[in-house]
Parts: sequence; structure tokens; C-alpha cells
Amino acid sequence: MTEQDHGNTDADLHIVGVTKRFGTFTAVDDLTLTVPQGSFFALLGASGCGKTTTLRMVAGLEEPTAGRILLGTQDVTRLRPYKRPVNTVFQSYALFPHLSIFDNIAFGLRRRGIRDHAKQVEQMLHLVELDGYGSRRPAQLSGGQQQRVALARALINQPQVLLLDEPLGALDLKLRRQMQIELKRIQTEVGITFVHVTHDQEEAMTMADTVAVMNAGRIEQLGAPTDMYEFPGTAFVANFLGQSNLLAATVTGVSGDDVLVQAYGERFSLPAARCRLTAGTAWLGVRPEKLHLAPTPDAVPTGHQAVRGEVTDSSYVGVSTQYLVRAPWGDELTVFVPNSGIAAPLAVGSEVVVHWRPEHAFLIERAPDETVAPMPEPEDAVGVGT
Amino acid sequence: MSALGHLGTGSVASATPSDQPVAGGRRRRWVPYVLLLPGILWLLLFFAIPCLELLATSLYDPSGSLETGYAMTWHFANYSDAVREYAGHFGRSIGYAALTTLITLLIGYPLAYAIALKGGRWKNLMLVGVIAPFFTSFLIRTLAWKVILSDDGPVVSTLNALHVPLPDGRLLATGPAVIAGLVYNFLPFMVLPLYASLEKLDPRLLEAAGDLYARPVSRFFRVALPLSMPGVVAGTLLTFIPAAGDYINAQLLGTTRQYMIGNVIESKFLKVGDYPGAAALSFALMAAILVLVLVYVRRAGTEEVL
Repeated sequence: MTEQDHGNTDADLHIVGVTKRFGTFTAVDDLTLTVPQGSFFALLGASGCGKTTTLRMVAGLEEPTAGRILLGTQDVTRLRPYKRPVNTVFQSYALFPHLSIFDNIAFGLRRRGIRDHAKQVEQMLHLVELDGYGSRRPAQLSGGQQQRVALARALINQPQVLLLDEPLGALDLKLRRQMQIELKRIQTEVGITFVHVTHDQEEAMTMADTVAVMNAGRIEQLGAPTDMYEFPGTAFVANFLGQSNLLAATVTGVSGDDVLVQAYGERFSLPAARCRLTAGTAWLGVRPEKLHLAPTPDAVPTGHQAVRGEVTDSSYVGVSTQYLVRAPWGDELTVFVPNSGIAAPLAVGSEVVVHWRPEHAFLIERAPDETVAPMPEPEDAVGVGT
Repeated sequence: MSALGHLGTGSVASATPSDQPVAGGRRRRWVPYVLLLPGILWLLLFFAIPCLELLATSLYDPSGSLETGYAMTWHFANYSDAVREYAGHFGRSIGYAALTTLITLLIGYPLAYAIALKGGRWKNLMLVGVIAPFFTSFLIRTLAWKVILSDDGPVVSTLNALHVPLPDGRLLATGPAVIAGLVYNFLPFMVLPLYASLEKLDPRLLEAAGDLYARPVSRFFRVALPLSMPGVVAGTLLTFIPAAGDYINAQLLGTTRQYMIGNVIESKFLKVGDYPGAAALSFALMAAILVLVLVYVRRAGTEEVL
């Protein structure tokens, strides 16, 4: 699941076998992770999964119980925060209320004895589009503006790694979208490594070039957002990043490049390249938008996998219609049909055939006694692509 | 507004609800004054009137007495006489009070900081510890200090054993003893406002300062101290003002050579019976403190913080 590549002499951030315990609670459990220099890296997970603790250990605000943290070749595990070339954009922004915006942004440079900082501060204000706001106090700024001051205050120090702790959490949806694009633009412009902690998978996918999904102090899966979405590694990821229909299946054999499985008495096949395993019990997964509906079995294109069912619910959400289709074994499949105006809407109670291309399915590990897919907390799983 | 409301709804029934808020608003405007009334009456009766009375007394002819009565002669010389004669006592009062304030601040700030930021679940217990001395009377506590600092008491014998030289070999009846008593008695007045403002200090701001290369010392002077200035100002005022007027500590722990202006006022009022002189001294002290406080608050630049 995790990657470990030692021997780097550049400025990559290495987290090596880090564990953090608070009393008997293990917040981070033997975490090993490398964040390449200049990347936009997202640590994604539900609250309490250890992502913020990981970030705070990199910042030096918490000390690991075990393990090492390296910046390039420098071991910073026990280094005080004010000695680390790392800066943080805090969730609450933590702007100094008694200082002007200018003084807030200049804070880090002044503490390091850099006197000639006026021009740099002006440049930072320009970068975050707050020219002319230098003399104001934080309380006189809106949430979005404060967020940008917090970013400028950290960025001006040109840290080796910039840590962002749920930086957009306090903003409303529209502003959050705007700031996501803004952050991505700034990251590309300054080229500093960004490590971004978030519970919002959409935020992680929009901005980051690498996403690590964390669960219970460990990394569930790490990779490019598209790869992870298209071919999740675990059932947790399949349901945390967007939604998935997961069928409890058993592998029955391999035929050429295809893997054959059986689920609820029905037979399916999919390419071996889409399988994380080729024997034993498994989840057969398909994303709701990869499922199609046909009125009769004859209308299913050749080569597609198919399941009969009955529409039990339909909700119109603008860009698509979301159907629930009850399969013969009683479970409901979620199907997103784009409202492209081609197919007529289906009434509840209609008999349909759900079908998909075999290469759109994926096969992931399932414990033999597991019959219900693990679902992340509903508040944390925000639908993607709906 | 209400006329438009009538036009809009055009029903008789709407007249009653739309009139009610206006009547209620009129009534509500009186509420603050009614609530203030007892306090204002109290202040008038027991502060403003006695103050005027005292001001009048301070201008009476000093040759009168309680038996023969006083004549109002606008005798402003009472002030110049008082200040000239007791300049030393004034100076000692301000000096002792200033030193007391400084020492209580130096002791009280770390204490308040520790309780507010590191107290955890012991916070309330520690606060009770700060206030606990108040359960005993001011006089008793000061008398206890007399025993503690006495020539054969624990402090002097310890210092003697350590060969620390003491002026005249004693602590009691010296300036340091008076200041020690003042510090002890006024410490809670410093700690409580400091605690109140440090309690509001967001520890995440300290984390942010550390993250932005501030060492612990600069983190304190750049973030914690400026943000707790309201508490510092309130604490120093609550300590300095009563300490400057105190006479119990000087009387019990000092000698006539340590007497403060409060002792002079007390003796003039209660022993000598020089009412005009005592009143003039009281007013001069009030004026001096007022001027000092105004200058201080301006210099501290905390008008906007307060």
C-alpha cells in the first residue's frame, strides 16, 4: 500500500515508520510515506483517521512516539518547530489579532532577522490578491481573505514543505471552489511541496496530484486521484472516494485474460488487469456512472455484463438521474444516468436490465465472512461526479 | 412605518400587532435606566455626596475643630501645606505601590499563565488557591506576617543561618517588610484579571508563532504578552490604586519611618482631628493617582484593547 524509496538526496519529505499514541489510543500507526519535492500531496480521511496528527508531527507540533521524519537527508524528528523549514496554514488560520496584515505576513521573516522584507510582503499580498490590505487588522477581513493571509504568511518563508490543515473548511461552498483553483495556481507558481490535509475527497481530487487515503492511522491507498477513483484498492477507498456498487463475489476461475467470478448465483467476468486478486472471496465493484440501463435483455450490447432488476427509486439531480435498482438477490444497485436527453426517464417499478462493460468493473479483496461493504461515515463521504 | 403597514394589510386586526412593538420599544428604552437606578442612587448617596463633602472639608479654615465647628473660608493653602509637609509620605506611597505592582506582576504573570494554559483539570482548584486567603480578614493576614517576619521568626532565623546580612539584623519594621505585606495582600488582584485575559488566549496562536520561527522568548513577547495587555493593565490598576492608599501594612509591618500617606490621613482624621488637612491630603492623593493612571493607560496604548 505504502511506498518506500530511500536513498533520495533531494528535498523529498520522508515519513518513516511513524507511530503516534495518545495514551492507549493509536492515532498514527507505523506510517511510512514519501512526498516528492514540488508535489501537491493530499492526506484524505475521515475525522480521527490520524491525518492531522501526521501533519502536526511534520510541523513539529507533536512528537512521534516512534519513527523518523526526514526532509531530504535531514532528520527533523526531534527538531523544535521554529527550527524546521516547514510552515503551516492552520485550520482556524490563527492570524495574530493584534498585528496588521502586513505584520502578520512579515512575522516569519522578522523572527529570522530578515530586515528588508517590505517588498517581499507586498509581493505576497499581490500573489494572494490582497494588494492594499496591509494596514488592516485580521478582524476586518472576510473568511476567504483571512484564509489567503494565512497562506501568504506561511508562503513568504519559502518553506521546503507547506502544510495545509483543512485550509478551506471554514469557507462556504462557492468560495471553497474558488480557493481550490487559487491554491492550485499558487502551488504551480511557487513550486513548493504542499501537503494538504482534508476530509473532503472532492477537494483532494481537484487539487492534489497524489492522494493518500488514511483510515485508522494507516494509509489505505496512495496514488493519483484518477487511478484511485478508477481502480480503488480496497472497499474502503471504493466507497470513500465517490460511490461504488460492491457485489460479494467468489472467484471461480481464470479463462485467458479474464477472471471469472460468481455473485449471488450469477456469473460475471472481467479483465485480469482490473483484478487485485485471482482467487478466493472478493468484492466485484462498478461505479454508478459506469452502469447503464436497458429495457430488455435484447437491448444489452454484446460483451456487456448484465443483471435484471426493478427500479425502486429515482431522483432527479439535474445533470443526472440517480436510480436505485433492486437486483434479484434483494440488494439495490445505484445507477447514475446522465440527463443527456436521449433516453426517456424510467418510472419506479419498471423492469430493467443493468449492464456494464467488463473492463469498467474492478475486483478487490473481501474477507470471507464479510457480506456488507464497509461504508465510511455518511457525513464524510461526499458524492463525487453527481 | 406603521402607517405603511396599515396600508399594506388593510385590515383592522393588523392595527393591534403593529402598534404593540412601538409601545414595547418605548417601554424597553426605559429598562436600562430603571436597572441603573439603584446603582446610581447608591453612588450618589455614598460616593458623590461624601466626595463633595470631603472637598468642602478640605477647604475649611484649619483653625477650627470638631467641638468649635469649621468655617468655610476657601482655604486653598490646606493643599499646599499638606503636600509640602507630607511630600515624603506621598513619595513613599507612590514608590511602595509601584514596587508592589511590579513585584506582583512578576510573580502573578507566570502564575496566571500556568493556571490558564497549563492548569488542565486543576485550573479551578488553583484559582480557589489564589482566592483562598480572602476567607481570612485582611487584618488577620497582615498580623500573621508580623509573626512570620518577626526577629525570632522563621524567615529571619533562616536568613541568619544562611549568613544573609540584614540591615539592623531584622526584617520587621523595614521597608521590605511593608512591601512584602502589600505584595502578599494584593497578589490576587493581579492574578485574577491576568488569568481572565490569558484564559482567552488561543494556544493555536502560540503554535502559529512557533511555526513561524519564533523562539519561546520571542513567542512570549510578540504574541502572548501583547494579547494579554488588557489583563496586565487591569491587574496593575487594581493593585496600584489600593496599594497607594493602604496604611494597614505600613502600620503593622513598618515604623513611622515607613509610614505612607494613608497613615497620615488616618491619624489626622482619627487621632489629631485635623479634618481640613486630612481631606486635602485625601483629595491630593486621589488627584495624583488619577493623573498617573491616565498617563499609564495612554502609554500602554490599550484603549482599543480594553
